[in-house]
Amino acid sequence: MNKRLPIGLAAIMLVIPCSLLVAFTHYPAIQAVINSFWNNASSRRPSRFVGIENYQALMEDDRLAQVLVNSTIYALGTVPLAISLAIGMALLVNSRLPGTTLMRLSFFMPTMLPMIAVANIWLFFYAPGIGLASQILGLFGLPSINFLGSTDTSLASMMFVAVWKEAGLFMIFYLAALQSVPTNLKDAAKLEGAGPVRVFIDVVLPLLRPTTIFVAVNALINAFRLVDHVIVMTEGGPNNSSALLLYYIYEVTFRQRDFAYGATLTVLMVVLLGILAIFQFWILNRKAHYQ
Amino acid sequence: MTSGLNRILLSTFAVVIAALWALPFIYSVWTAFHDEKYSANFQWDAPWTIANFLEAWQAAPFSLYFLNTMILIVIILIANLVLCTLVAYAFVRYRFRWAGFLFALIMVQLLISPEILIVENYLTLSRIGLTDTIIGIALPYLTSAFGIFLLRQTFLTVPKSLDEAAQIEGAGAWRVLWNIYVPLAWPIYLAYSLVSISFHWNNFLWPLIVTNSPEVRPVTVGLSVFATVDSGVEWSLVNAATLMTTAPLIIAFIIFQRQFVANFMRAGIK
Repeated sequence: MNKRLPIGLAAIMLVIPCSLLVAFTHYPAIQAVINSFWNNASSRRPSRFVGIENYQALMEDDRLAQVLVNSTIYALGTVPLAISLAIGMALLVNSRLPGTTLMRLSFFMPTMLPMIAVANIWLFFYAPGIGLASQILGLFGLPSINFLGSTDTSLASMMFVAVWKEAGLFMIFYLAALQSVPTNLKDAAKLEGAGPVRVFIDVVLPLLRPTTIFVAVNALINAFRLVDHVIVMTEGGPNNSSALLLYYIYEVTFRQRDFAYGATLTVLMVVLLGILAIFQFWILNRKAHYQ
Repeated sequence: MTSGLNRILLSTFAVVIAALWALPFIYSVWTAFHDEKYSANFQWDAPWTIANFLEAWQAAPFSLYFLNTMILIVIILIANLVLCTLVAYAFVRYRFRWAGFLFALIMVQLLISPEILIVENYLTLSRIGLTDTIIGIALPYLTSAFGIFLLRQTFLTVPKSLDEAAQIEGAGAWRVLWNIYVPLAWPIYLAYSLVSISFHWNNFLWPLIVTNSPEVRPVTVGLSVFATVDSGVEWSLVNAATLMTTAPLIIAFIIFQRQFVANFMRAGIK
C-alpha cells in the first residue's frame, strides 16, 4: 500500500507542473468557450456579450463549410493510404531481401524532416515548368500540370505530401508488430498448404489489428493538427480548395485578427476532437470484448 | 527456381519503390549542390558546387536561428524531464485524493494539444508580455502529458521491494527517486528525449505565431521566411537552406539509425 502524499511534497511534485499544464490546456479551452460569446474589442469600445451571434456566423460561413469538407476528405484520404503504404513498406523492410537498410532509410527519412522542409521540397517538386513532376510529364510528352495552383488538384497534392511524410513513421509500428508475429503460426499455416498471400491475409493481418487501431487513431488526430505545409505551399488556396480547419483558425485569428471568431472555431475543433476521442474509446472497448 | 526468380523480381520492385519514394528528396539534394541554371533542367554532368550553401548561410542569420532552436530545445527538454518525472513519481509512489481524476485531467492534453489552442494561448502570452520571446514559445510545452504517461508506465514496473529496501536503509523520497527510479527508467528517458528533440526541432506553427523578430526565431520559422522573402525564390538557394536546417537531424539519424528506430517504436507516436 502506498504512503499518503505529504503536503509539502505534493506542492513540489504536482502543483508546479500541473498548474503549467492547466494554464496552457484547460484554461485556454474554457477561455475559448467564454470568448466565443463575446465580440472583438476595438479601440473605441470594449468587447460586449453577443450571445450565440458567433455561432450563427459559424452556421452561415460558406468558407467554413468548404474547409470542413476539405478536412474530412483529407483525413479519410490520407489515413487509409498512409496505413496501407506503411504495411507494404514494413513487409518489404522485414523481408530478407538485399538492401533493406537502404529501403528503411528511404521510407523513414521523410519522417525525420520538419514539415516545413518537406513543404519546401515538394513545393519545388510540384513547381509548374521547373519541378521534377513537370519535367517527368514533359518526358512523356504530357502538358505540365499546375498541381498547387488548380482547384482540382491542390487538395490531393497536399494529401500526398502528408502521406509521404507520415507513412514511414507508421511503418515503424508495423515493423515492431511484424517482428512479434509468432513464426510457429506462420509455419503451421504453411504446413497446411497456404501460400504467402494466404498466410499474410489469414494469419498476419489479423494480428496487426491492434497496431492498425492505434496508428489509425493517432493518424486521425494528426490529420487535424498538422497544417504547416498548407501555410507554406498554398495558404489554403486557390479559392479555399486546400484549406484545413486548423489553417482556417490560424488565418481568421492571425491574418484577419478576428479573435472572437477564432475562439468560436477553436471550440468547434475541440468538440470535433472530443467526438473522435469518444469514438476511439468505443472502438478500443469493443476490441477488449472480443478477446 | 521460380522462387529464386520471384526473389529477384521482388527485390527489383522494392528497390524501385524505395528510389521513387526518395526521389523528391534526392532531387532537392541534387539541386542544392548545383548552379541555379540547372534547377529547371536536369543534366547528368552538371558541375557540383557548394556555393548555394555559402550564399544561403550569409543571406539570412541562420547561425542565430540554430542557436535559438538549441536554446528552445534545451529549455523544453530539461523542463519536461524534471516536471514529468516529479508528476509520474507522485502518481506511482503515493496515494492522494482525486488521483484518478487528476490523471484523467492531465491526459486531456494528449488530445487537445497546444497546437489546437493557439488562439487563446497567444492571448495569454500577450497578457503576460511574453510574445516574441523564446520562453514564450516553450511555455505551453513545458509539461507533457505524453512524458508523464510514459514515465508513469515505466515507474510502475520498478519492483516495490527495491523501494522498500532503500527506505529501510534510511533513504528519503528524493534519494529513492534519484537512486532507484531514475536509473531504471534510463532507456525511456533516452527515447523520450529523442522524440521530444525531433518534435521541437520541427515545430513550426506556434513559433511562427509567437515570434516577430529574427532574434528569437527558430530554424523552421527562419527557413520559411528565407524561402518566401530573403531568397528571391531562387530554387537552388531554397533547397540548400532546407537541407542546411535539417542536416543536423539527418546526420544524427544516419549515425543512430538503429537506436532511433528502436526508440521511436518504444516511445510511440510523439
